[in-house]
Amino acid sequence: MDFFLLETIGSVANAGGAIGAGLAAMGAGIGVGQIGKGAVEAIARQPEAINDIRSNMILTAALVEGVALFAVIVGFLAMVL
Amino acid sequence: MTSRLMKSFTVAAFSIFSLFISSPSFAQEGHGENGAEKKKGFNAQEVIFGHILDGHDFHFLDIDHADGTKTVIGIPLPVILYSPQRGLDVFMSSKFEHGHKSYKGYRILEEHYLHELGQKGIDIKKESLSAGKIIPVDVNGNWDRSVKFYDISLTRNVVQMILALALLVWIMMTIAKRYQKGHGVKTAPTGMQNLLEPVVTFVRDEVAKPNLGDKWEKYLPYILTVFFFILINNLIGLVPGSANVTGNIAFTLILGLISFVVILVSSKKHYWGHIFNPPGMPMGVKLILVPVEFLSVFIKPMALIIRLFANMVAGHIIIICLISLIFIFAGLNTYAGWGTSLFSIPFTIFIYFIEILVAFIQAYVFAMLTAVFIGQAFEEVHHDDAHAAH
Repeated sequence: MDFFLLETIGSVANAGGAIGAGLAAMGAGIGVGQIGKGAVEAIARQPEAINDIRSNMILTAALVEGVALFAVIVGFLAMVL
Repeated sequence: MTSRLMKSFTVAAFSIFSLFISSPSFAQEGHGENGAEKKKGFNAQEVIFGHILDGHDFHFLDIDHADGTKTVIGIPLPVILYSPQRGLDVFMSSKFEHGHKSYKGYRILEEHYLHELGQKGIDIKKESLSAGKIIPVDVNGNWDRSVKFYDISLTRNVVQMILALALLVWIMMTIAKRYQKGHGVKTAPTGMQNLLEPVVTFVRDEVAKPNLGDKWEKYLPYILTVFFFILINNLIGLVPGSANVTGNIAFTLILGLISFVVILVSSKKHYWGHIFNPPGMPMGVKLILVPVEFLSVFIKPMALIIRLFANMVAGHIIIICLISLIFIFAGLNTYAGWGTSLFSIPFTIFIYFIEILVAFIQAYVFAMLTAVFIGQAFEEVHHDDAHAAH
């Protein structure tokens, strides 16, 4: 029984890492989708501000993606360490 | 005169680099005799980690021949090892013959040898041994733990950083010379000036001036250096066969540390006062807020470090994984491999375009956030009601 548990501990770490990365991808999808929604609505309200809005959108998306990638790195560390 | 100096510096750097490129190295590997238990398939993990991590050579291609031997095409780099017991050893990494021979009492680890070590009872994870690492060996070929040595070789990352540095210095100095001579000051800019002027103007007007106020001139050289160095290393890292410099945690760690030092040096008493005594907060909130604020001083550069590292390494892993998919499926069935390539290659091209965009964005985000944090550090008293205490 203990031997079986030991065998699966390694794969549980891998599974945990992969699930964590998947949740992070979900969070990133929701976050960047909200950014896109806000940006497109703002452009619809004021089309002449499109350049400012586009650069702000890309910048904010990069910051939100950064947070999601922290979680991916942690998931990867769970696998490796 | 200085542009001639720059030219000779670049020529010297390139010629010293090319001195070490003897010829494409060819290593014959035959695992037929004792490879019975070794899987002769495509090892995706080995390929991915071989590209992401640092190495002692530039590795371009593996050509598998029908008789089981393998030709490796790459550029070997100098290995510089210093040990208090054995002294200084400098030699080309081709002497290691990709992990099959030990040379001058050292040996480079690769998958097959790691497997052997694992069978001898050495715990690979505990001793943190991985492919590409150099270990000292004694005369019998066993790992000699008593020898301590420092690996200060010219690895892939180092060579690529020197290349990026030489390229950057050459481009910037030639363009600066032309501006000094008067081209493009009162007349329209020509040539490379057209490429750099909008970028530098963008960094000055969108990144430095809004965040740094009237001290922007003092910090602009640092912001521009960070931006262009990260950008050029990102772009070179996208070329197949190059080293993964910005996706290396040590590189981004040092960049983040330097930014952290710049932020600390430019911080004023007002900034620290706001951290340890935020104005206008009730006592209970302050108790919670002060530790959080103090930690955020360290967490903000940490976020810079990890953001750049994670973005770059994730991009590289995606590209390599997509291409590896082709070979994984080809291992099952040749036609499955061809079919996968139909889907995988256009997708890889698409991801490549995204990675070029990410290269620019990450350089911009790093530079901009550094400017924002520096600006926050030396922000002076603003006159509004919340600061009645001042």
